[in-house]
Amino acid sequence: MSGAMTLNKITQQKGIGISEATRRIADLGWTPSYVQEAMTFPTDYRIAKAPKDPMKQVLRSYFPMQEEKDNRVYGALDAALRGDMFRNVQPRWVEWMKLFLAIIPFPEISAARSMAMVGRLAPGDDLRTGFTMQMVDEFRHSTIQMNLKKWYMENYIDPAGFDITEAAFGKCYATTIGRQFGEAFVTGDAITSANIYLTVVAETAFTNTLFVAMPSEAARNGDYALPTVFLSVQSDESRHIGNGHSLLMSILNKPENHLLLERDLRYAFWQNHGIVDAAIGTIIEYGTKNRDKKKESYAELWHRWIYEDYYRTYMLPLEKYGIKIHHDDVAHAWDRIVKQGYVHKVAQFFSAGWWANFWRIDAMDERDFEWFEYKYPGWYAEYGAWWENYRKLSKPGSVPITFADTGYVYPHRCWSNLVPAVIREELQVDEVDGELYTYGSEVDRWTHKEAFAPEYQGRPTPAMGRFSGRRQWEELYHGWDMADAIKDMGFVRPDGKTLIAQPHLSFEEKDQWTLDHVRGYTIQSPIVNLRAMTPEARAQHIADYRKGFTIKRL
Amino acid sequence: MSVQGEQSPLSSGAAGAAVFPGSDSRKFNYFEPKGRKATHYEDMTVDVQPDPERYLAQGWILSFGDGTPTYSKDWTALKSSNWHLYRAPDQEWERTHYQRQSTIVGMLKNIVDNGRRAGAPSRFDPRWVKVLQDHVGAYKHAEYGLGKALTQAQRYGYTQMINNAILTNSSYKLRFAQDLTLYLSEIGLDLNGFDHEAGKKHWLEDPLWQGVREAIETIGGAADYLEQYFAINLVFEPLVGELFRSGFIMQAAAAQNDFITPAVVSAAEADYEQNLANAVELFQIMSSDASHGEANKLVMQGWLERYAALCGKAADLLQPVWSQPRVKVVQFADAKAASANRMAAICDAVGLQAPLSLN
Repeated sequence: MSGAMTLNKITQQKGIGISEATRRIADLGWTPSYVQEAMTFPTDYRIAKAPKDPMKQVLRSYFPMQEEKDNRVYGALDAALRGDMFRNVQPRWVEWMKLFLAIIPFPEISAARSMAMVGRLAPGDDLRTGFTMQMVDEFRHSTIQMNLKKWYMENYIDPAGFDITEAAFGKCYATTIGRQFGEAFVTGDAITSANIYLTVVAETAFTNTLFVAMPSEAARNGDYALPTVFLSVQSDESRHIGNGHSLLMSILNKPENHLLLERDLRYAFWQNHGIVDAAIGTIIEYGTKNRDKKKESYAELWHRWIYEDYYRTYMLPLEKYGIKIHHDDVAHAWDRIVKQGYVHKVAQFFSAGWWANFWRIDAMDERDFEWFEYKYPGWYAEYGAWWENYRKLSKPGSVPITFADTGYVYPHRCWSNLVPAVIREELQVDEVDGELYTYGSEVDRWTHKEAFAPEYQGRPTPAMGRFSGRRQWEELYHGWDMADAIKDMGFVRPDGKTLIAQPHLSFEEKDQWTLDHVRGYTIQSPIVNLRAMTPEARAQHIADYRKGFTIKRL
Repeated sequence: MSVQGEQSPLSSGAAGAAVFPGSDSRKFNYFEPKGRKATHYEDMTVDVQPDPERYLAQGWILSFGDGTPTYSKDWTALKSSNWHLYRAPDQEWERTHYQRQSTIVGMLKNIVDNGRRAGAPSRFDPRWVKVLQDHVGAYKHAEYGLGKALTQAQRYGYTQMINNAILTNSSYKLRFAQDLTLYLSEIGLDLNGFDHEAGKKHWLEDPLWQGVREAIETIGGAADYLEQYFAINLVFEPLVGELFRSGFIMQAAAAQNDFITPAVVSAAEADYEQNLANAVELFQIMSSDASHGEANKLVMQGWLERYAALCGKAADLLQPVWSQPRVKVVQFADAKAASANRMAAICDAVGLQAPLSLN
């Protein structure tokens, strides 16, 4: 030790302050003069104001913090096994994790990729540190979720479905909705996708239902692993929300951006509602065995997290900057959940196509009915017969409920968010570039026809993305035998005949559906059939569709 | 009566509680492991980013305004018969990445704090302090530039394995740029007259650093993500990064009474060994591709010549820095020779000719 150093100096040695540290780190950047950075991800926005990093964190504190969070997560997973968590877990719940965890690692890693898209758009290097940490965070989320999925596969009674997870993600009629969500983070206008859709709407609003509300339900079903992982994931989200808001403030600074911002907030909010509420609402409400009437329903959670927390405290204040907020869309989304049964109708759809899944869907029983009726008065009259039929038809050899004479009409899919148009009266049909499309609502129609177009209200928008690919799963298998489609998707157990999906939670071999039980039923694509109709027949079909249906009790 | 009504109630949701078709299928079964069994890294990584060749039955369902899909093979000039073959030798996934990064920043904190407690910076040779202030201070911007380029590059890869290797490379580079920034800031607290702005000034204005800056900006300006990854790990690092770090700082510091700086820089040397192995593995796969190997070699040889010329010039411009310490323990020529050897070994590993500019 140096003779010049006193004990006092040693124990009170000062480091550099956090504000000064972040200032000097932001000063690592410079304006290139030899070669300009390649601007390979286009945007139609103009950004001149350098955004600030609100979090003021540096990597030397970030890495140990994340390692500590990881240690807690992995320690908890070990503890869950030592405590024999799976002995008490509800299979009804874990089955839905086969769907959820097949989807979510892709949007997460897409979010990491999207940091490349926003990193070079704004002047200054202050916020780039924030983007860097978000990039590594998202890498964390994607792989920690893969780890959780592997852990379920290794320890839960029925691993089938977890074992094919990433293959299933690319083929399933439900995960296509999640792919729309993840691809929307990284494709098209860089600000639209990576800032507004991902950070300003998905992360700021809907991660609360995804990563906070859903883990609570997991815990009620004896699953302590999901809350452990996802609340740790959610603890990173505040950093991302800060990044999104900071860049948003730089965009707001230019009035010529306001038109596009209004477009993108509208599109992103509505599509997040359509996708997240469909998937997470179904999992929370229909994947649980807990029917405590004191707990919040998904509708109540939505009101707390989306309406009160996001709409009132985040969206509304944007009006003072001159941004038009579509209050009517927020009110409409709320009505769809509370009055129009959006979540219940999506759950009905998932159960109608149970055979096309790679997870089991348990039938609802009397305890479930009572809870639904208490939380959503009128539920039993509309959906009770459906679930009673579903239970009756869960025995192998029954007619698959999709093809049974229940009165159910297999829905058209929305071309914009890929969720079926389950609120029948809101079905929209329109032509874009000479082709006919179906939509779940008017805003979805507007999204495709007006927002995702090379021009918006007279303004060229060459950077905006486009809908592409074979967007409707049903088109892939139009005219196929159901058994052949299931085999083609690979949703068959290792014995080569037993379906991964089952309409029940029985694990006895005699109760398992096989390919033989589903052979002889032909899949039809509603949009292929609609396009083939004469104009008159189509008009009649649409009118009938909008009238809805009544389920017959079998 | 329902199936549920007929079955016996479940006593457990745990593995092994019942035997039925698929009840023992407890491994991800949709990819071929590189070895006999899948590693944890492979399970966490493979196929998370799908593509139409790997299960994406509907194709990409969004595209950019010009029709380019969400991921495109056309984002690099290199071609592959099997983009899915690559596995990063470092096998990093989130947990191992945080463990390694956290260990490094913890090590650095202990070294810098203890060194400062011992009053070490005050015993650094004054001319060495100026080297740290001006030239290590300038070099931190080069590391930052590489980190930024890699942040950009990790969006484009056709598979998750490639993109995650580039992502962790970016994370390492940006951490090291911050390590140097904070280290210089903290020893600056103990050194009278230490000018924190000098490093950036040298980076922007000192002729010695303009070759390096031009190379970094050229890499940042490249639109081909594998060109960036190649230029950084296979060319810039051996010809400039390692030359300056290993060939100068690591060897010269001790003779100037500085035991702290080499420890700080050593972390980056270890980072590079890992990132180099990842990059060499990828480009070796590209050069040995049965269908596209020869064409890929031509593309990579072009990159090699272009960036070797830039980086060779940048290295030569730095030569006067080797003369600035009072105690001269390392010659630029020796460092350059070691750098050329490293370059030759790298070229050999990926099946390329050593660049003409180094002959």
